[in-house]
Amino acid sequence: NGMLAAAAALLLLAAAGPGLGPGPGRADAERAQQDSLREELLLSPLPAGDVAATFQFRTLWDADLQRGAVSHYRLFPKALGRLVAALGVRELHLALTQGFWRTQAWGQPPLQAPAGAELWVWFQPTVTDVDKAWKELSNILSGIFCASLNFIDSTNTVTPMASFKPLGLANGTDHQLLRYAVLPREVVCTENLTPWKKLLPCGSKAGLAVLLKAERLFHSSYHSQAVHIRPICRDASCLAVSWELRQTLTVVFDTFAGGQEKKDWSLFKMFSRTLTDACPLASQSKVYVDISPKNKEKELLEVTPTPASVHEAVVQGERRTYAVYDLLSPLLFNTSRSLNVQLKWKRPQDSSELPIPVLHAQRYVSGYGLQTGQISTLIYNTHPYRAFPVILLETVPWYLRLYVHTLTIITKGKENKPSYIHYQPAQDRRRPHLLEMLIQLPANSITKITIQFERALLKWTEYTPDPNHGFYVGSSVLSALVPSVIAMKDVDVEQSPLFTSLFPSSDGSSYFVRLYTEPLLVNLPTPDFSMPYNVICLTCTVVAVCYGSFYNLLTRTFHVEEPSRGGLAKRLANIIRRFRGVPPL
Amino acid sequence: MAAAVPAVCWVRAATALLLGCCGAALASSVQDQAEQFFRSGHTNNWAVLVCTSRFWFNYRHVANTLSVYRSVKRLGIPDSHIVLMLADDMACNPRNPKPATVFSHKNMELNVYGDDVEVDYRSYEVTVENFLRVLTGRIPPSTPRSKRLLSDDRSNILIYMTGHGGNGFLKFQDSEEITNVELADAFEQMWQKRRYNELLFIIDTCQGASMYERFYSPNIMALASSQVGEDSLSHQPDLGIGVHLMDRYTFYVLEFLEEIHPASQTNMNDLFQVCPKSLCVSTPGHRTDLFERDPQNVLITDFFGSVRKVEITTETISLDRDLAGFESKLLKDELATEPLKYAEQLPVAQIIHQKPKQKDWHPPGGFILGLWALIIMVFFKTYGIKHMKHIF
Repeated sequence: NGMLAAAAALLLLAAAGPGLGPGPGRADAERAQQDSLREELLLSPLPAGDVAATFQFRTLWDADLQRGAVSHYRLFPKALGRLVAALGVRELHLALTQGFWRTQAWGQPPLQAPAGAELWVWFQPTVTDVDKAWKELSNILSGIFCASLNFIDSTNTVTPMASFKPLGLANGTDHQLLRYAVLPREVVCTENLTPWKKLLPCGSKAGLAVLLKAERLFHSSYHSQAVHIRPICRDASCLAVSWELRQTLTVVFDTFAGGQEKKDWSLFKMFSRTLTDACPLASQSKVYVDISPKNKEKELLEVTPTPASVHEAVVQGERRTYAVYDLLSPLLFNTSRSLNVQLKWKRPQDSSELPIPVLHAQRYVSGYGLQTGQISTLIYNTHPYRAFPVILLETVPWYLRLYVHTLTIITKGKENKPSYIHYQPAQDRRRPHLLEMLIQLPANSITKITIQFERALLKWTEYTPDPNHGFYVGSSVLSALVPSVIAMKDVDVEQSPLFTSLFPSSDGSSYFVRLYTEPLLVNLPTPDFSMPYNVICLTCTVVAVCYGSFYNLLTRTFHVEEPSRGGLAKRLANIIRRFRGVPPL
Repeated sequence: MAAAVPAVCWVRAATALLLGCCGAALASSVQDQAEQFFRSGHTNNWAVLVCTSRFWFNYRHVANTLSVYRSVKRLGIPDSHIVLMLADDMACNPRNPKPATVFSHKNMELNVYGDDVEVDYRSYEVTVENFLRVLTGRIPPSTPRSKRLLSDDRSNILIYMTGHGGNGFLKFQDSEEITNVELADAFEQMWQKRRYNELLFIIDTCQGASMYERFYSPNIMALASSQVGEDSLSHQPDLGIGVHLMDRYTFYVLEFLEEIHPASQTNMNDLFQVCPKSLCVSTPGHRTDLFERDPQNVLITDFFGSVRKVEITTETISLDRDLAGFESKLLKDELATEPLKYAEQLPVAQIIHQKPKQKDWHPPGGFILGLWALIIMVFFKTYGIKHMKHIF
């Protein structure tokens, strides 16, 4: 098979040889088309007056990273390319998030990530030891992104059996090649943003990335930055593979945190910068603003400067209208040298206009003490007449011992039996609990899933330096194909905006959504860490006083001592004392 | 004629003398240059900056470490040569009224966190074990490069530590301590493995001088913010942020370093005078007996800056524009025979009917094997070997 491939390659080369020989320009042009960059910013106003900004930078490379020694990296960052080639990675998704996306208040997120750090990876079938490759991968990524991903080990890694199907091209889905881990305690700050920005071809010097200033990005309700690497079809015939690297950053700016009373937004207010040019290496650089009218009325939002074009798309089951600013068109910077998109609300919103998302969930923990504890998850299906299934994936650390016999799923007062359950119990200090269920959600219902647990006592060296903060339980993952009212056409990936093409859609009647619930904070019984010192002091004192004196009493013999007359000095002293009237020595 | 000859002789003698003087001057200037070349024997610079305190009210320790980080980066040491360990995150702490900033001067004048910071060890990773592993180089093989101290015998290393300390120890994150004996032994291991050329150790804690009392390896210079029995005090609070922003010693060291530029000739004696008792309230101390050179000759930039050896050449090198030879080596991608497809995200029927994968059978080991061996041994001891023929 390898010989045939080599022979085919040689034949192709021989055929293309005379074409490649002369003309370094043509070779350059041919090579120049091998990778391309598209950048895009989507501004969507949220119901409560906040605004969400989603940046997407996509580098597409028409080369096969798995085969051959690729040594010339142009736009695709070498650090990630070498990683994919050396460790046999088929898909990599890493997200670092601060805050929580409030689905009920803000609507369905375009792309959500759980609080903390989340890493899930599909490996190639050629990888023999997946766990070893996983460990190496998390260590290398912790160095690249300045995050504590080296804490990912077998105690927080699971192998989901039904969720997290590959988002890229897949030959078969053997779930033993998948690993998923989440670190809910991970903090995201400028030191994670700095290497993320350095992976962009233009850095933070030109294009949309000039807006990424840490002081504004972290002063927000929700900040999520992610890296997605996957193989996709090179063209419509899908006979060759291209590697796609998407870097996404979603940030939600809050009116109250920003300290302003009026709800008008502009790029300058959000990022304290404006756009001056597009990245010279980008083939496409656009800003989209969501100006969809709510409830079929007149437009609510006024956008200045006037957009050059308007794009209509069906996104997540709704027809939406976007104002488009193309940074590469020369007309845009004709009037002013910088682009400052301003959003003004024409009239105030009232609460009846707030759209309710079709699927949303929440989770909370209850119970106190060592023995009683309960995790409850509520899943809401607000679709008026359609029912659909949802996969719930829960990863619970080993020190919360789940009682699976207490698992109850109740919908509309009746018990709801899941069509598929995969449960893997925890092993102390080795493996967490994994619970995966496929649940049918009836139309217009609330499903409550409860499971009880008890807390385990940890060894005193296993506590973190701040144990009174509590211990985190990672977010649960809900994957669902939500039916949409409007049929979605299969669109060409190259023509449509990036935010519509992350999840491959199979048919037009539903769209795939992945939601995360809140992480939980659980208090474990915390010992008093000064007790070992206290115990040692007390024990030594007791031993010294009681046993010591007992030992002395038992082992020493008593003799009567003759009072000696004393030496010369003593006799002289006694004489002096007799003169003084003081009793003698 | 007789008078001209001595004049010529005199002129010749004078020129000979002048030439001799010039030669001597040249020789001495060459010798000076040669001496200067050999004065500092290091070829690269490293910095290990450690903040050991956790919790919001220890904001000033993180600000201390970040201000030294800022000075060291400004004077030329790149991120790849700095190992920065911060035990807690102050910039994105929920209690920080200005996220992604750490200030060192009140009224929020100077943001030492900046926009281009790379923290190598964060939060729970800052432990005594990791610190000693970084110093001695005994790290697990999977550690990434940015977390390693890859110094050699020609490296000058700056080690800065701050936090809460006492007489002979420094507290790491409220849960463990490092003692001065351990630290001295770690430096001795570094010396024996030739991991440093010269080392500058600065510590800003209470009773900091006790930490350098036990050093016994050569080429170490140490500075501390207070003597044994004294406390190091903090500088000034900021009413907007609500905590003390910096410690006094590091504050004045930062002000001193702000005036240093990569070409300055300021030496260590000036650094020793940085914070007198009137400003610092505690008495800063220093130790130079283990150091070979005179502190007068040691430049600040020997430790805080970075050596760059630049060789200027005037010949031009032409790059080969013809890439034909290189192109022919590229393999063309082979095309698949049938179109590849994406996986279905939620294949309900497939999920419901999938069976759990049977794990590979492993022979029983350990406890079970021992138990069975015991049972069989007892059986045969009771009944004897000759009964085996009834079994088989």
